Amino acid sequence: MLLAQTVGLPEIIVVLAYLLITFYLGWLGYKQTKTSTDYLIAGRGVHPFIMALSYGATFISTSAIVGFGGVAGMFGMSLLWLTFLNIFVGIFISFVFLGSPTRKMGHHLDAHTFPELIARRFNSSFIQVFSGIVIFLFIPLYAAAVLIGGCEFIATRFGIDYQVALLVFSVLIAAYVIMGGLKGVMYSDALQGSIMFLGMIALLIWTYKMLGGVTASHEALTELGKAPSLFGKIGFKGWTSMPESGWGDTKYNLWWIIVSTITLGVGIGVLAQPQLAVRFMTVKSKRELNRAVPIGGAFILVMTGVAFVVGSLSNLYFAKHEVIKGKLVGETKLAWVIAKNERDLVKKVPCKLLHIDTTNDGIADVNIVANGYDLKVGDGKPQVLEPGHGKGNGKGKIIPFSVLMPKAEIVDLDTDKNIVVKPKATAFTRALVKKGDSWAFNTGSIIPIYITSALPRWFGLVFLLTLLSAAMSTLSSQFHAVGTSIGRDVWEKVAGKHDATIGITKIGIIVGIFIAVLIGFYARGGFIIARATAIFFGLCAATFLPTYVGGLFWKRMTKPAAIASMLSGFVATAFWLLFIKDKEARALGLCNALFHKHSLLLEHPNWSVVDPIMIALPISILVAIIVTLITKAPSKDEIERCYGKK
Amino acid sequence: MLGIEDKSVILAYLLCIVSALLCIIYGVINWNKGDDSIESEDLHWVEEEKKVEESL
Repeated sequence: MLLAQTVGLPEIIVVLAYLLITFYLGWLGYKQTKTSTDYLIAGRGVHPFIMALSYGATFISTSAIVGFGGVAGMFGMSLLWLTFLNIFVGIFISFVFLGSPTRKMGHHLDAHTFPELIARRFNSSFIQVFSGIVIFLFIPLYAAAVLIGGCEFIATRFGIDYQVALLVFSVLIAAYVIMGGLKGVMYSDALQGSIMFLGMIALLIWTYKMLGGVTASHEALTELGKAPSLFGKIGFKGWTSMPESGWGDTKYNLWWIIVSTITLGVGIGVLAQPQLAVRFMTVKSKRELNRAVPIGGAFILVMTGVAFVVGSLSNLYFAKHEVIKGKLVGETKLAWVIAKNERDLVKKVPCKLLHIDTTNDGIADVNIVANGYDLKVGDGKPQVLEPGHGKGNGKGKIIPFSVLMPKAEIVDLDTDKNIVVKPKATAFTRALVKKGDSWAFNTGSIIPIYITSALPRWFGLVFLLTLLSAAMSTLSSQFHAVGTSIGRDVWEKVAGKHDATIGITKIGIIVGIFIAVLIGFYARGGFIIARATAIFFGLCAATFLPTYVGGLFWKRMTKPAAIASMLSGFVATAFWLLFIKDKEARALGLCNALFHKHSLLLEHPNWSVVDPIMIALPISILVAIIVTLITKAPSKDEIERCYGKK
Repeated sequence: MLGIEDKSVILAYLLCIVSALLCIIYGVINWNKGDDSIESEDLHWVEEEKKVEESL
């Protein structure tokens, strides 16, 4: 009964019922062989609604909803530029211009994986093996982002340790994968997509209604954003404004993070996602793709659009509307809360914390910042100053954390320590979590804390199913790609035989799941979910996009150009991540080991926050064009082999 | 407009809705267009795809 006491019996019953239905649909679909390929044979059987929801559920994961939704909680509605690209590039451009040629070429060349498609187009085993290795090595990073997103919600919603949530969630995902979740059964995907759609619509309506309507809530959020912010120095101007734009000063850093990493890195990167591109091959004709466009467009709008708007508006809720009732079970007079945590760089904020039990079990399930203390630095040991207690001793600069941090208002506190408190926090400062022995602000907790605090208990359950669906549909496609890349693309090509493919594929999937869980275990914190997703999307764009698009449309493009483009895109991305982009280079440590600094361009403002896609994609495009033009054009026979006879 | 002062954020907000509408209009106009016939290479592809799925 312990699990039931912690989680709640209704939640367990509903989640089990959901899992049973998902597995049953998978089994039913598999038994009747109603997989994507059977639909293709059956011709008209497949409904575009199913195809679009299946694609959308694969595209959108807990990373988008919890991870990027949390980033919107930190930085605001400027993230809607990513939603625009998600719809316009990820659906419209992708389906209208890439879908049909991908399907035709895939069938013509008998390609079944993304590496196989580009490899057969350019008649190069190297391309297949290299692409397979890149996908096998880096998809676990993206899968980890999806896992972390799901676990943040489970941990917050049920008040359990993040590590326990990760363990439970991983077992669930492994069971789903082992029991056939990878076999492309579209009914399960469609069910998951439908739950996600309804869950997010309900979230949007509830949020706007609670906060006074669309215009009123935006106006209030705009006013709130005028207060001093922790992120003011990097260009934050409020949750309804773009950050300060320009070049050559750290006050423009946030603009470059939002535009280059979040918007372009992910928005453009979607075009060369291996697990999405292969979906185009499973449709019967361009007509099905045409019919999937409106459903896909509406689906993505409701997914990321809602996550980013609600993430931004959560600031208004935490600052003006949230009231916490419970028993004060503890106070931490002085806690150094980690606001930024990277190798050799830990920025901590001195705060007073309140620990409140709202479920009457004697354990603090809500932790908030009561107030921040001013910090005097630059003159010996930093001094912590009580708010309004002068300027401290000696010279030095005062960092006004008493103003930048929330100042919770205790409305009522009786002798039994029953408390009513208004946290008056921002989304970021409300997302306080315990990490080991320390406290930290954790962007990934913003959406989970908002759902748990602002919405009724039953909605938490709906949202849990929404996130389970979002995670399972994306993870199954990711591990599908992991399995086929190591089995079909690498093993079969390198070993030259097929007999052990099934074993290698299964081992590859298990290794992939293990690596993803390991990353999820160690990499929690900051806005890791969005960063890990952006790294994978950017890497795919720089490595694969010119070869993929050139291969589909440019008959003149040559094999050496494809290889050179892929290698230059990959190397440029790796170089940028290892030596230039501060956060990633710091985490990887090679730059510091070789040059004793965290980024080669750290002294030059903005360069160290520019995303690799801004450098690596233009390089790989240029290399593809130049090498094509200086190498011998493919023969007529070769062009006919790839594109068929006209 | 919509309680948002920054024009580029309003533009992003509206472009999200407009691009979703573009998808809907495109889909409605092209609902019955692009019906390709099934060729032998499509059927061959399906048979091979089933084998790939079995390996998972």
